[in-house]
Amino acid sequence: MRRIYLDHSATTPTHPEVVRAMLPFFTDSFGNPSSIYSYGQEAKGAVEEARTKVAQLIGARSEEIVFTSGGTEADNFALKGVAYADEHKGNHVITTSIEHHAVLETCKFLERSGFQITCLPVDKYGLVDPDDVKKAITNKTILISVMHANNEVGTIEPVEEISRIARAAGICFHSDAVQTIGHIPVNVDELTVDLLSISGHKLYGPKGVGALYVRKGTKLVPLMHGGEHEKRRRAGTENVPGIVGLGKAADLAGQEMSKEAERLACLRDKLIKGLERKIDRIRLNGHPTKRLPNNVNVSVDFVEGESMILNLDLEGICVSTGSACSSASLEPSHVLLALGLSPEQAHGSLRFTLGRENTEADIERVLSVLPGIVTKLRAMSPLLKTRK
Amino acid sequence: MADAWSLYSSKVMDHFKNPRNVGEIENPDGVGHVGNPVCGDIMELYIKVKDGTIVDAKFKTFGCGAAIATSSMVTEIVKGKSLKEALNISNKTVAEALDGLPAVKMHCSVLAEEALKSAIEDYLNKSRKTRGGREQ
Repeated sequence: MRRIYLDHSATTPTHPEVVRAMLPFFTDSFGNPSSIYSYGQEAKGAVEEARTKVAQLIGARSEEIVFTSGGTEADNFALKGVAYADEHKGNHVITTSIEHHAVLETCKFLERSGFQITCLPVDKYGLVDPDDVKKAITNKTILISVMHANNEVGTIEPVEEISRIARAAGICFHSDAVQTIGHIPVNVDELTVDLLSISGHKLYGPKGVGALYVRKGTKLVPLMHGGEHEKRRRAGTENVPGIVGLGKAADLAGQEMSKEAERLACLRDKLIKGLERKIDRIRLNGHPTKRLPNNVNVSVDFVEGESMILNLDLEGICVSTGSACSSASLEPSHVLLALGLSPEQAHGSLRFTLGRENTEADIERVLSVLPGIVTKLRAMSPLLKTRK
Repeated sequence: MADAWSLYSSKVMDHFKNPRNVGEIENPDGVGHVGNPVCGDIMELYIKVKDGTIVDAKFKTFGCGAAIATSSMVTEIVKGKSLKEALNISNKTVAEALDGLPAVKMHCSVLAEEALKSAIEDYLNKSRKTRGGREQ
């Protein structure tokens, strides 16, 4: 059975050309970029070339790119880095209730360390109101962090508007752009961000590598101390193959992104319309138009997400859910709850995130399989009976 | 795709794919209703009792794979058991009958045990009331 992978927001398959670009840096060009002989300089050259490619994708200067181990480290570095660099100026950080855990848990850590965190609500589509940001600012505010697009519901936030508010107030602005880089155009000057998080494996690059864009002049306390790598911003021998892979992935994304986004948006809309037509009591989560071109998130009334996922998996279809029957808390997605969904609706959510290798046939397959699964599960649902 | 890498045992998957005893019993002798929407698992268990023995059991469940499989398994186990035997069925009995559950899913087997106990209690309460009614 051909497997249909529809979970590209979790991770993407590494592009074959990315793998090809990386391979020599495990073997022939294995040198340490800090070494001054040719092996080292070859590796250093490759790292710098990758830095330029990543910078180009987001309209930055290459010296503003710091390579990290991934999106989580980039978020940690941005938040803790600014908080500890600017704690003499203030102790207040503003973020939103729908951020990735890499941001939210870092904020909780900062809160335990004496910082004050304001977590802004969102509307029913998952949009942050720039006015709320404005109102939350105090004379102690040192950082505002708002994600570019949400990883679960795909809502694209008004980051430009919010960052202008931050800029006007002289406050550092960070955006977690892990879900948008390489998928929709991102330009650090148009978005007027000071810090931007990037993850390699979300744009057909390898896992274990990412980057933080750091606007020139932004002060950060490093997370890692040691050697003088990354201009003393991140100690540790560079993950050369990973960085080369990220560079190649950025390069490819720059070439393919606009066409691919258009293609995926068509498939996305076909899937949304098809699901709404074929399944009753189903609703789209997230914004109808301000949404990632590859994201479909729906709640199916009366059925639980994991049981749908397992059934889809039996048909070779891989998707995810905001239900969390296996998490320690058992509580469903904080994002869906922040949008105002009931726990049942959040537990009944399915997320499809499309990618390069998906075709119209994949969408048709989902549309032919899922209605039957829903019918079967609804037949055993006590919630449906309660409604009658 | 190796089965070895699946989250659940093949027995769990069997009961998940082909759950036994799905549905409601008309005029049940006891109903157990446990779980809550916040946790994402709701189980309803219906029993029919004759001469102190559970002669039929059915369920309806909103929940994950483990919740459906444990519901299915507990209805299988309980059929033909005396009420006393049924009250001794623990969550471990259910989980073991399914060749085990992932640690994070053990709460589903607890829910199955609670659903059964609650259905039996419901039966006992009802029969006490009926007897009380006759005496008056």
